[in-house]
Amino acid sequence: MHDTVEYAHASGLLSSVWLLIAIPLASAAILLLLGKRADKWGHWLGVASVGVSFVLGLTYFFQLRGLDNRAVELSLFDYIEVGSLHVDFGLLFDPLSAVFVLLITGVGSLIHLYAVGYMEHDAGRRRFFGYFNLFVAAMLLLVLGNNFVMLYIGWEGVGLASYLLISFWVERPSAATAGKKAFLMNRVGDAGFAIAIFLMFAQLGTTQYDEVFNGIGAVASGTVLIMGLLLLLGATGKSGQFPLQAWLPDAMEGPTPVSALIHAATMVTAGVYLIARSNPIFTANETLQTVVVSVGALTLLIGCIIGCAKDDIKRVLAWSTVSQIGYMFLGVGLGGAAYALAIVHLLAHGFFKAGLFLGAGSVMHGMHDQTDIRRFGGLWRYMRITWATFGLAWLAIIGLPPLSGFFSKEPIIVAAYEREGWTAWLFGTAALIGAGVTAFYMTRLFVLTFHGPKRWTEDIDHPHESPPVMTVPLVLLAVGSVAAGGLMASSVPDWLVPALGDHSGEEVHAVMSHGLITALSIVVTLLGAGLAYALFRNGTALQEQPAGPVVTAARRNLYADAFNEAVFEKPGIFLTRALVFLDNRGIDGLVNGLAAAVGGGSSRLRRLQTGFVRSYAMSMLTGALLVVAAFLALQLGWLA
Amino acid sequence: MAGYLGSYATLGLLLLASVVVFVGAFSANRLLRPASPAEPIGKRETYECGVDPVGGDWAQAQIRYYVYAYLYVLFAVEAVFLFPWAVIFDRPGFGATTVVEMAIFVAVLALGILYAWRKRILTWT
Amino acid sequence: MEDLSLPKIDYAAVAPMLILFGVACVGVLFEGVLPKAARRVTQLVLALLGLVAALSVIVWQSDTRVLTAGGAVAIDGPTLFLQGAIIVLGIMALLLIGDRAMEHGGAFVAQAAITVGSEADRKQAVKEQGATEVYPLTVFAIAGMLLFVAANDLLTMFVALEVFSLPLYLLCALARRRRLLSQEAALKYFLLGAYASAFFLFGVALVYGFAGGVEFGTIHDSVTESTQSTVLLYAGLAMIAIGLLFKAAAAPFHVWTPDVYQGAPTPITGLMAACTKVAAFGGLLRVLYVGFDGVAWDYTPILGVVAVLTMLIGAVLAVTQTDIKRLLAYSSIANAGYLLVGVLALSKDGLSSTMFYLVAYGFTVIAAFGVVTLVRDADGEATHLSRWAGLGRRSPLYAGIFTFILLAFAGIPLTSGFIAKFAVFGAALDSGEAWLVVFGVVTSMLLAFPYLRVVVMMWLSEPGESTPTVSIPGGLTAAALVIGVVATLVLGVAPAPLLDLTTSAADFVR
Repeated sequence: MHDTVEYAHASGLLSSVWLLIAIPLASAAILLLLGKRADKWGHWLGVASVGVSFVLGLTYFFQLRGLDNRAVELSLFDYIEVGSLHVDFGLLFDPLSAVFVLLITGVGSLIHLYAVGYMEHDAGRRRFFGYFNLFVAAMLLLVLGNNFVMLYIGWEGVGLASYLLISFWVERPSAATAGKKAFLMNRVGDAGFAIAIFLMFAQLGTTQYDEVFNGIGAVASGTVLIMGLLLLLGATGKSGQFPLQAWLPDAMEGPTPVSALIHAATMVTAGVYLIARSNPIFTANETLQTVVVSVGALTLLIGCIIGCAKDDIKRVLAWSTVSQIGYMFLGVGLGGAAYALAIVHLLAHGFFKAGLFLGAGSVMHGMHDQTDIRRFGGLWRYMRITWATFGLAWLAIIGLPPLSGFFSKEPIIVAAYEREGWTAWLFGTAALIGAGVTAFYMTRLFVLTFHGPKRWTEDIDHPHESPPVMTVPLVLLAVGSVAAGGLMASSVPDWLVPALGDHSGEEVHAVMSHGLITALSIVVTLLGAGLAYALFRNGTALQEQPAGPVVTAARRNLYADAFNEAVFEKPGIFLTRALVFLDNRGIDGLVNGLAAAVGGGSSRLRRLQTGFVRSYAMSMLTGALLVVAAFLALQLGWLA
Repeated sequence: MAGYLGSYATLGLLLLASVVVFVGAFSANRLLRPASPAEPIGKRETYECGVDPVGGDWAQAQIRYYVYAYLYVLFAVEAVFLFPWAVIFDRPGFGATTVVEMAIFVAVLALGILYAWRKRILTWT
Repeated sequence: MEDLSLPKIDYAAVAPMLILFGVACVGVLFEGVLPKAARRVTQLVLALLGLVAALSVIVWQSDTRVLTAGGAVAIDGPTLFLQGAIIVLGIMALLLIGDRAMEHGGAFVAQAAITVGSEADRKQAVKEQGATEVYPLTVFAIAGMLLFVAANDLLTMFVALEVFSLPLYLLCALARRRRLLSQEAALKYFLLGAYASAFFLFGVALVYGFAGGVEFGTIHDSVTESTQSTVLLYAGLAMIAIGLLFKAAAAPFHVWTPDVYQGAPTPITGLMAACTKVAAFGGLLRVLYVGFDGVAWDYTPILGVVAVLTMLIGAVLAVTQTDIKRLLAYSSIANAGYLLVGVLALSKDGLSSTMFYLVAYGFTVIAAFGVVTLVRDADGEATHLSRWAGLGRRSPLYAGIFTFILLAFAGIPLTSGFIAKFAVFGAALDSGEAWLVVFGVVTSMLLAFPYLRVVVMMWLSEPGESTPTVSIPGGLTAAALVIGVVATLVLGVAPAPLLDLTTSAADFVR
């Protein structure tokens, strides 16, 4: 099972692969350091740098196709060399990183271009592009590193950029809070990831991909499980998966291009990348795979249930992102050939979800930043390009053949039914139900936004279509939404063989026939879409309607926030307060207490001691007594 | 009386003896004195005989004394090191090096006096 | 009479200390004889020349490994490395101390003895130039630190401790603005410092009682061979450790740190945060690695608890700070905890990673205090955090530098802070001290919060009425800032040369 992983050394054109990262990074530095001087042309520099990276990425991609080994490594310099720890500042360009590079720079260029129009009236446009470029550079580092430490550095980098961009409109308290929330929840995941890296180093003495993957077979199964769970914790944090899903929808407080690029197409898929990249670790442990599959299935259901209850156009899309990434987790958890399926879905999702977000941005642009879908309606007449492109992306995400979502999602459902025993029924059916519910809420979104009666607020009389700089990316992304799935479903799995292994020859048996599953998934999709059309064709009430417990729970994000607050936030605040209290009062109190115990001299002593040095000295004395006592206790054998 | 703490026993005995003498003297005093002693005027003043104290007991010392005390310490330290040095500096193997070292030491202390003098600390105004 | 002989002294090896003590004495002499107008430039140049000369000698002597002055001084790899580090950081601190561009007369008061708030005080605050005694005092302190990290017996160590502490107590009292706070800080530092020194001295006495000597070699031998009761040994070691942990600002002996860091003139705070920390940990390393390594198994858990407590207290209390200098003080406490983790690795890796951490942290922290000296309003430095809101709009360059520094403190990759933490935690893991590393990682994450709060405040808040201006730094402060920031970046991107250096220097002589 374990083929030896080996990477060739980069040569020729591919030895300049570091340029991919360096160009956006340099652009970010220029934009952020030059300040106001770059205001006039800064955004075009931002677009150009990502565009150049895309062209370079394509060149490298074709170069890589010509190679036999299809995986090259480039060691730039020794990053850390401490004792036995050796971390290489090195890059790895293999099929997996290549497709990510193309996704990040390709979709990234389009979204950058779109943002030029979207952010036109914003005073902070240059700063925005600076952060945006920074994000692209960090994300490229994340997918191009050749060891887990590099991956971690990129991981933290995209986290930083995402944090800065969510809180970009800091004057809105909700944006600042959302930024904080994203940051804190990500820290939980990042801590897991960091410990996983430590563990990796402790067990294997290295963090280089090839060495880790070749050595993982020799590691005890329990350790692999723990390492994998910690990596999974990191992945769930970054990708908004259960139990760390609550930050992602709040992250929509950022500008819409941010939601499109970072919180839909690229960064949130980093978790999927992490698991796909570490596939030898996850494949090595059965339990681990089951956990990943469960996380994916649970999250995809959570996402689509909450998606049905939301009225904010971007939040619905956000929860649909959570749900779609759930499908990807399901895919990578299933293992084997499904790794490649998850990546295909990830790429296809990158196109149609970016298209949906940019379309939503275009709608908001024309509707005075209104985000409530109950306040839209009938827009298809006014913004035809947006309507058409959004419509195609909608059909893609609900998985209607022959659009791309069908080719990428349906195989994952089939793969879920290919598991052994009752789990096939459990996970397969979850995925199938998810597809139906997705069709329901996405259709609701589409119908309420573009069709039915107008329910606009009074200040809007004639919504306008967005300028070409915004619609051109929409059209290109729509083309991707239509065609990408079919093209990639056939070519990408083969292409990814060097990175994810060859599974074409493996015999699998689904609990139902392939054709039946396909038919079923199309039927539930049509059912969901039809139901939504029937319900919302005539618009909806403007006020929030009284609802039963299920809908209320869904509106409250299934109480994830309340849970987090109760379990993490409250104790944290309490601990801090308690320690401050201890420092302010406790030490003084100790002095007083001791003095009282000594006897009536307490009051007279206090009058003599007016400075606070005494309480300092007292705490030092207490500490000293404890230290000496501990040493002596040790010496007398009480502790040791 | 042997062992590490043995030499302290002598000290303990001495302390014990002093306590006995003290208590004994005061007990003898109490036994021998009249039962109701006289209370002449001024008996309970700080100084039973001599000049009556004027003013309160809380007086601030001149901060200048602090400087003098400090300068005194300087010389005291000098002396502490000079005496043992004086005993050995002419032995074989010491000689010129030792003299130079002590000269440097004294010079450093002299530097302190020079600084104090230049900062006009030595004048009393 | 028993035979006495003159101890041999390897003058070349101790030359850096001799140079600095000499320079400091000459500085005192200049103070007495030079006219007032000429003093500042002369003193600054003299002090800088002295430090550079001492550094050159250290570089020239870098292969020396001797015990000299009758075994009282050990010149070996760690000594030379730490001495070099202290001097380089001292030069940076001296640059901050010497700068008078931000404030008329500099950061120091002219006559510290004048009563605060009196007529004379108001007059001197406006007119007089700052005292130039600060330069010789700084050089004395640095020279004392050099001796401290080289001391090979406990008495020399104690003398050196006092030699570098006394000038620092004095320097703390010399702030030009907010003099009462400064004097209070100095008095607190002095009283508690004396208290800690008493512990140290008592510990020395007890250890002498156990080992019959104060040289580390003698102590090492008795620890491994002596059949005496070890009560004296353990009580003595505990008290010596307390004296050193006080200087290193480890909990619960950290209580002075926030007040003193806040009250002292900011350049002096920088000096204390960087150089004193190097010296204190240099001393601690030598005591634990050379003298008491025989009982390493016994003291590791206790000092481990101290380290955990230090990290926790520093990190948790930093969260609620509202004054930037106090915030940096608590961060310095937490960093003392991380350093202790490195020390407690008790291996060659532990030694080298701790030395790396000291240097990396020193560069960053001096630069941080350098930025603090720049953010000012009419009343001097504006240290309250609310005043920093929106600084990024007012002065993107300095807010950017400070952001970078805070990210380095938070241990973000590509900064020296990341490599340093990685190195000490790695060394501790190798030595099986995983529990310390767990606390280290947890508290690092906690600490990231206050740092990022400042970052967010600087960049994402609108500048208010009260947002102070940022002074254009004088050449000296600018130089110190550039050194600090560049070093933080270089040590983060290409740490290998310094790591090699610390590894090759990580051998004590006994």
